[in-house]
Amino acid sequence: MPAAAPLVLRQLRKSYGDVIAVDGLDLDVRPGECFGLLGPNGAGKTTTIEICEGLTAPDSGEVEVLGRRWGRHDRELRELLGISLQETQFSEKLTVGETVGLFRSFYARGSDADRVIDLVQLGEKARARVGQLSGGQRQRLALACALVGDPELLFLDEPTTGLDPQSRRQLWELIERFRAGGRSILLTTHYMDEAERLCDRVAIVDHGRVIAEGTPRELIASLGAEHVLEFAVADGERLDADALAAVPGIGQPSRRDGTWRLQVAELHQAMPALLGELRRQGAQLAELRTHSATLEDVFVTLTGRQLRGE
Amino acid sequence: MGSERRSWRDHPLVQLTLVRYREFYREPEAIFWVFLFPVLLTAGLGIAFRSRPPERTPVALVLRGAEDSALARRLAAADGLKLRLLSDSAAAQALRTGDVALVAAPGGGGIEYRYDPERPDARTARLLVDAAVQRAAGRTDPVATSERPVREAGARYVDFVVPGLLGMNLMGSGIWGIGFAVVDARRKHLLKRLVATPMSRAQYLASFVLSRLTFLILEVLVLLGFAVLAFGVPVRGSLLFLGAICLVSALTFASLGLLIAARPRTVEGVSGLMNVVMLPMWILSGVFFSSARFPDAVQPLIRALPLTAVIDALRATMLRGAGPGQLLPELAVIAIWLVGSFLLAMRLFRWR
Repeated sequence: MPAAAPLVLRQLRKSYGDVIAVDGLDLDVRPGECFGLLGPNGAGKTTTIEICEGLTAPDSGEVEVLGRRWGRHDRELRELLGISLQETQFSEKLTVGETVGLFRSFYARGSDADRVIDLVQLGEKARARVGQLSGGQRQRLALACALVGDPELLFLDEPTTGLDPQSRRQLWELIERFRAGGRSILLTTHYMDEAERLCDRVAIVDHGRVIAEGTPRELIASLGAEHVLEFAVADGERLDADALAAVPGIGQPSRRDGTWRLQVAELHQAMPALLGELRRQGAQLAELRTHSATLEDVFVTLTGRQLRGE
Repeated sequence: MGSERRSWRDHPLVQLTLVRYREFYREPEAIFWVFLFPVLLTAGLGIAFRSRPPERTPVALVLRGAEDSALARRLAAADGLKLRLLSDSAAAQALRTGDVALVAAPGGGGIEYRYDPERPDARTARLLVDAAVQRAAGRTDPVATSERPVREAGARYVDFVVPGLLGMNLMGSGIWGIGFAVVDARRKHLLKRLVATPMSRAQYLASFVLSRLTFLILEVLVLLGFAVLAFGVPVRGSLLFLGAICLVSALTFASLGLLIAARPRTVEGVSGLMNVVMLPMWILSGVFFSSARFPDAVQPLIRALPLTAVIDALRATMLRGAGPGQLLPELAVIAIWLVGSFLLAMRLFRWR
């Protein structure tokens, strides 16, 4: 029997008063994949994931989780899902072991609490109070509580927000290890590096809809450019944008806060041509940066805004 | 990979109840307020209102000469008076400063009483001094009288106040203990996280009630034990019935706690609600003085309060030895609050 699709969303809508949080969202998560909802704060990611978790009822649309529906198979679904919410604070007076043990007791089947604690590398902290844990350790505890029911599908809402780089990498490794076990994951994030590293496929969400979907590689390739070139010229100097656009190998230039941004397919050809054009216009180069195109560039190209811009 | 549940200890209700215990005993302040504070309060009130020999009212006599010494002896011997012999000016000074309640001085061919008739102790002194003066002068009482002081256990203030404190404690620990814990879990999004698991919501709420019942046994034993041992407060009714009243009362206040905590999202919000609910009962329900002192018009309202019913039932059982048959109205009030607030709490409870 082929496994049911972990998650199917069709024309999902949810508004709070006048604010439309989710606006006709479609999504398919395939078995065994890690799917990322990428978008800025307020894009509707958390509302979407909480609808999938059965914590919020949608205004309209269809939700099918592991071939089951909320309202009909709740008890069954709760046994099969692992969930990490964005901002849960566990009781500070309990120890790590007691907290995971408590969550273990809710599931008819699941993993041994001590094993899960070791898995998230909190073995040394098993007897420590939750109040004494660092931010990264608390997130790993949240992951342990999500994993202890041995879930088929894991929901992670912003699993690494607010963590230091080392804690983030540690958490990524744990998530990768879970995925390697063949289970599916839906995670939300506003970190493009997180999505690129962890996700098989990504949906970029803005204003409650999916504006692009695919593997990180596909999305980046859709820019038609492998590289992004950014530069600024010395104060007060003006550039002829049309002449710039005419330089071979350069996409449509855009300008933001005095910085020019070009999408470039072949860096080794575009760079000398650009420098030649700047010399011809008599401009003095103040800054020059290039990087390989990222999901961030996809988002900027689609919306004209930065992903993490406030 | 997976493993089945192993022992009774892994049952969710056991685990949830253990959480309640751990959160309680790892909070030393809670232990103070639930167990020690009521004992200290009982001790304080018991000592402050302990039975003492009646106070003697200080009075002053201004002597004219040797012929008054018989009167002075009579007054000094009189019950309830503490006599000082003073000069006229010293007596006036003592009266002004309240050191004596009355001055008896020669005047107008007999004796003049100087006192403030507004002061009850001065009026008492007036009666006592006058009786002594008249008897010293040879008056005889036409009717023979005798006295029998009543000072038995069960009629003292401490006997009155211990059932009140017990009721107040049952209410406070039920409402505080549950209200803060529930709202704190809601505020921290822990409730939301818990209902995202297969956890039974009924078991979550039941864990609060179960843990309350265990603490209840300790609370009642500590407070009653102290009152009986230290002050000889009587328990005349059946211990079993008294325990049953405590049990049902604790369940009632636990339900009321759940109802109060059903909606608020902040600790401040729930504190306000708790005060609104508890303050009227502290004042009206007869914890420290009889609720019969309030006007008749509000008596039906006072009778309908759960704490009034609880305290009346406890007091009647402990002091009068009343049984269930004599306490039907009180038990009915408690039961209605128990069922009503539990059902309403279930309807209103916000899990996220």
